[in-house]
Amino acid sequence: MKLLREILFPLLAVLAAFVIGGVVVLLIGDSPFQTYLLLIGSAFSWPDGIGYTLFYATPLIFTGLAVAVAFRCGLLNIGAEGQLYMGAFAAAWIGIKFAGLSGWILLPACCLAAIAAGAIWGGIPGLLKARFGSHEVINTIMLNFVAVALVSYFTQYHYKTPGDPILQTTPIGPGAHIARLGKFIPALPERIPLNVAFILAIIACVLVYVLLWKTKWGYEIRATGANPTAAEYGGISIRKQIILAMAISGGLAGMVGINEVLGYRYRYYDGFSANYGFVGIAVALLGRNHPFGVFLSAILFAILLRGGIFVDAYTVHVSKDIVDMLQGIVIILVALRPDAIFSGLKKVGVMKKAVSS
Amino acid sequence: MRQILTLSLLFSTIRLATPLVLAALGGLYSERSGVINIALEGLLLAGAFTAASVTYYAESPWVGLGAAMVAGALVAYIIALACIRFRADQVVTGTGINILFIGLPAVLSGALFLSSGSTPQIPKENLLPTLSGLLPGFIPQWRILSEVSVISLLALVIVLVTRYVLYRTPFGLRLRAVGENPEAADAAGVGVNRIRYAAVIMSGVLAGIGGAYLSIGQSSLFTRNMAAGRGFIALAALIFGKWRPVQTMLACLLFGLADALTIQMQGVAKLPSGEDIPVQFIQMIPYVVTIIVLAGFIGQSRSPRALGTPYEKER
Repeated sequence: MKLLREILFPLLAVLAAFVIGGVVVLLIGDSPFQTYLLLIGSAFSWPDGIGYTLFYATPLIFTGLAVAVAFRCGLLNIGAEGQLYMGAFAAAWIGIKFAGLSGWILLPACCLAAIAAGAIWGGIPGLLKARFGSHEVINTIMLNFVAVALVSYFTQYHYKTPGDPILQTTPIGPGAHIARLGKFIPALPERIPLNVAFILAIIACVLVYVLLWKTKWGYEIRATGANPTAAEYGGISIRKQIILAMAISGGLAGMVGINEVLGYRYRYYDGFSANYGFVGIAVALLGRNHPFGVFLSAILFAILLRGGIFVDAYTVHVSKDIVDMLQGIVIILVALRPDAIFSGLKKVGVMKKAVSS
Repeated sequence: MRQILTLSLLFSTIRLATPLVLAALGGLYSERSGVINIALEGLLLAGAFTAASVTYYAESPWVGLGAAMVAGALVAYIIALACIRFRADQVVTGTGINILFIGLPAVLSGALFLSSGSTPQIPKENLLPTLSGLLPGFIPQWRILSEVSVISLLALVIVLVTRYVLYRTPFGLRLRAVGENPEAADAAGVGVNRIRYAAVIMSGVLAGIGGAYLSIGQSSLFTRNMAAGRGFIALAALIFGKWRPVQTMLACLLFGLADALTIQMQGVAKLPSGEDIPVQFIQMIPYVVTIIVLAGFIGQSRSPRALGTPYEKER
């Protein structure tokens, strides 16, 4: 039963979303098979398909982990989007301010800045919840907008190259660049932006696993999420756990900036995120809020992101927006409770025949 | 400052607040019954896309408006089904709906109109009329009011009706009871989930009207993601307005004013030092205000007690 819930149910949710999406594709006059072949098949070519898919997966692993850690503490972090913007801008800011420094100092400083900025931006709603009891969902949504406006302001008014029509900062110092994986893998051309941040994402998965299941901190976070009242009786300070979990969550989201700024564009580019923060919710839910599951579902969503480009180019009617649509459906389906589905379907009458026969 | 504080600012405030009021009131029904409605953004988008598409084919804004209400109700029914019958997490479901309706309208408009995410332009005579357009010659002396959309007036009426329904009718009493204390309401013979279904669907209808206003009232076509966060602002206004109809409307007007100022101050207003006031700071105001209100610095805003918890009858 546990296996069913942890593995089979997410798979069924994805399958069901694909079936619903396929019906939509059919209705608007394209072939579902061709669409899904493009959508999924495009990710498996070497080197572009696999390289780009893993590159797209990197931010999703970070945001998926971010949402998962908060979830384990009973919190819903809808603010990964804002946290990753703060992280990305902070990384760029250090990279620009101290552009002349040696990479040995500058690179770690930029990475830490990304994590710290994200952690602060995530910690604020944690603090507000712990101190005033205000709901983290609303506060994280509000802080998303504030973050977007804030970094856009700094980019536009203080860090843009004068005359540049694009809303982006001046480049960061070369010392802050993270190597692309093509440097180490001979068959992978360096034009593919897959970079060391992907390795960091894998390490983050392991660290989150160790944190949550092998340390006292993680135990207290999970205890708070599982049953706050019992945790408090057990001597755990719930307030502290809420702030801690939100800060860790925000820090993980901020790490998206390492991939984006230090590994890909080498500057802050305004509005770069393709809803990574929100897709992270789907990634976490589909991955059952487990680091290993997060990794797998991030890869799945990255495959869709990559395939979307080809769907756009090679089908008549269907556009890459089908990816957003599928993501939305997956989120709704994995939000349903398995036990409620069976009893619910029985009530609707769908299951009546199956049950009686 | 004098160039900013004009009558046109007032109208632009009303114009910008209208979709907020409709969405926020939709949220009010749902949340007063105990169901969080994060999906207002998606509902606005569903309404906006449906209104524009249907108006394009039917060549009548009223048919488009009706279709938007139906679309909103249908999407809200899906939310209700997921959250009430299948006891899905309400916030997660809402987030899913929001993402779904970034993608779905774009996919459909690609298929229907071979465009990337927007519907064709709708001629002006097929848009939702202003008051002067609805009643030509009736209010010439009220020039000032004549440019206000019928939907803005409708929104005001809905606020007053909602206030009446909520506090003066048996349905309103049940709605509030279900959101505050579903066990007691159930014991008193109120069908908790039935009321919640009605409330969530109502929120879809109202947000659908708000969406229609966006695409065929304020604008003349649907564009990708055209709600642009208004659903979330509406949610903020609902909290700021303490889940009460009139206060919520006032909060929407305040946020509409912030929006109107953003537009009017661009390049006009200067800081004492002579620099432009960055628009980003004005854009932030509603969100920062909401955070402060939630933290209780400007009076407490207490949510309905059963907000967010699915109700299960004890066996």
